[in-house]
Amino acid sequence: MILVLTEIFHQQIKRTSLESLTLAAQLAKATGSKVKALCIGDGTPSVDLGDYGADEVVVINDSALLENDQLCDLICRTATRDNASYVILSLNSTGKSTAGLVAAKLNKGLISGVTGMNTDSGNPLFKKNVFSGKASAWYSVDQHGAVVATLPNGISPVSGQGKQTSLSTSNSECVTSKIKRLERRLQAGKTPLAEASVVVSAGRGMKDPSNWGMIEELSDILGATTACSRPVADAGWRPHHEHVGQTGLAIRPNVYVAIGISGAIQHLAGVNNSRKIIVINKDPEAPFFKAADYGVCGDLFEIVPKLNEALKNFKSKS
Amino acid sequence: MNLLVCISKTPDTTSKIAFDASGKKLLEDGVQFILNPYDEWYALVRAIELKEQFGGQVDVIHVGEASSEMIIRKALAIGADAAYRVDMTPAGSWDTASQIAAFAKTRNYDLIFLGKETIDYNGSEVGSMLAGILDLPYIAYASKLTINGQIATLESEIEGGIAVSEVNLPMVLSCAKGMAEQRIPNMMGIMNAKKKPLEVVSPTDVHQHIRLERFELPPAKSSVTMIAPDDIDKLVDIFHSDLKII
Ligand SMILES: Cc1cc2nc3c(=O)[nH]c(=O)nc-3n(C[C@H](O)[C@H](O)[C@H](O)COP(=O)(O)OP(=O)(O)OC[C@H]3O[C@@H](n4cnc5c(N)ncnc54)[C@H](O)[C@@H]3O)c2cc1C
Ligand SMILES: Nc1ncnc2c1ncn2[C@@H]1O[C@H](COP(=O)(O)O)[C@@H](O)[C@H]1O
Repeated sequence: MILVLTEIFHQQIKRTSLESLTLAAQLAKATGSKVKALCIGDGTPSVDLGDYGADEVVVINDSALLENDQLCDLICRTATRDNASYVILSLNSTGKSTAGLVAAKLNKGLISGVTGMNTDSGNPLFKKNVFSGKASAWYSVDQHGAVVATLPNGISPVSGQGKQTSLSTSNSECVTSKIKRLERRLQAGKTPLAEASVVVSAGRGMKDPSNWGMIEELSDILGATTACSRPVADAGWRPHHEHVGQTGLAIRPNVYVAIGISGAIQHLAGVNNSRKIIVINKDPEAPFFKAADYGVCGDLFEIVPKLNEALKNFKSKS
Repeated sequence: MNLLVCISKTPDTTSKIAFDASGKKLLEDGVQFILNPYDEWYALVRAIELKEQFGGQVDVIHVGEASSEMIIRKALAIGADAAYRVDMTPAGSWDTASQIAAFAKTRNYDLIFLGKETIDYNGSEVGSMLAGILDLPYIAYASKLTINGQIATLESEIEGGIAVSEVNLPMVLSCAKGMAEQRIPNMMGIMNAKKKPLEVVSPTDVHQHIRLERFELPPAKSSVTMIAPDDIDKLVDIFHSDLKII
């Protein structure tokens, strides 16, 4: 059995969980095992998980606010009962605080930041990102299986698997946590940066925080989440949670639009795994152009407003 | 207060990454190794601040070879009191966590600090494994920590936001931005560091669950397609036809 932690947030299945399920489905095919989705959060699955390869779905009631030790206990009890060889979860905030606890308790290996697998050599090999995205590493696992934490946005969810699933519910029956939560502050609105599929990011080339209106507008038109370079966050022009790069968040969206950012190596360390990079910069020598798929060399204060108008026109026509 | 900070060594982000012919080993020529920034800026400095506030001792531990002593000395120069190096090359996070756990079990640490992740493997694995092995409460990606008696109050990253939590000591935490401000070692610190104890500890036996098979470099990026700044329609078409986001 392969156990997949499936998170439901605001009644929606998290995309990161669909990524974990997609890896599980691939592993199940290769090893001839079944996939069980263990659903936690504030609702029931918003999509048919059989479509993503789950054979069995268990929804855990009263599980929206579990602490990592309680979640670890729930996962380990389920894994032990089902004799699960693999536990797959996302390396999102939940995964980062829980994966190692589970591996230690189940006495299994842990591979985190996984972006794919293959079985070319007969046994499953898992690929993860290393050296700030400058290389990957392939790992094999012993016969006990492993805890695998998938990198957010590292795997494209694949539907259409057409499995018949059984659905049941259960109570969490949790141990008391050693952690007492006093408060929870959720960021409202947009998709969190780590999960965003399109990111519009801007840097010191913007000159002043009052100029960000055009960045927000472009981001709204593209359904994107906004990000920024470090000096911009340090200067308080933008909130710290938007800061991407070596010391900020590492992201790998499908599309990263970088506006007025030079592309210093420490910035690239957090974004160079994006599938497509579009750079707008007035300096033809800006290092970012070397990492880009598409580049526009010119003044952002002319290009971005024109682009916004053109995109709005295009959308209203189509 | 008895505090332990786990420190790791990592290639500077500006280093060029290359591997030997077997694909299993990083070529270290020309790679500059540094003390992992999160361990240095956030974990170590916050531990030193707590010592300054409440008294006690800050120990640092590193699992690695003798060539790592340079980063250990740096931690001592910043203000740690004593250092321990477990003499082995860890094959992975499980090694590291098991060695630190074996060491920590013999002492009574109130808090064990780690960085949020190492920038070489970007794993965030060691902290939660260590807490799991020691059966201690764990808070990952903490950005604030205050201590009141035996109770720690922390702010930390959770899915979709921030949590404020209370935990009874002892505990394990990994530190992220916001926890402290970087401290630059001064001349006095560097001189004193030479006199501080650095003890070499023998490793315990640990079973490896996973094995590195090979490293791989990403395929070379195809060169950039430039679009003239007055050809905005072309850009719109790229968003539509190639990127498929509108
Ligand atoms: C240890 C360390 C860690 C770091 N971590 C990070 C990190 O995590 N993230 C990060 O981002 N940085 C990080 N940095 C900083 C990094 O080295 C760069 O200094 C930073 O990324 C530069 O930000 P920027 O590109 O916004 O600004 P600048 O380097 O000032 O670049 C501004 C760019 O805007 C362009 N521009 C200006 N005006 C216009 C215009 N009108 N139209 C079009 N283009 C224009 C310029 O040509 C220039 O390329 C780190 C540095 C160190 C030493
Ligand atoms: N070899 C090591 N020795 C001591 N501490 C380490 C070592 N490797 C990692 N750590 C600690 O574990 C944290 C998380 O590392 P990682 O799990 O590799 O992302 C680091 O920030 C360090 O605090």
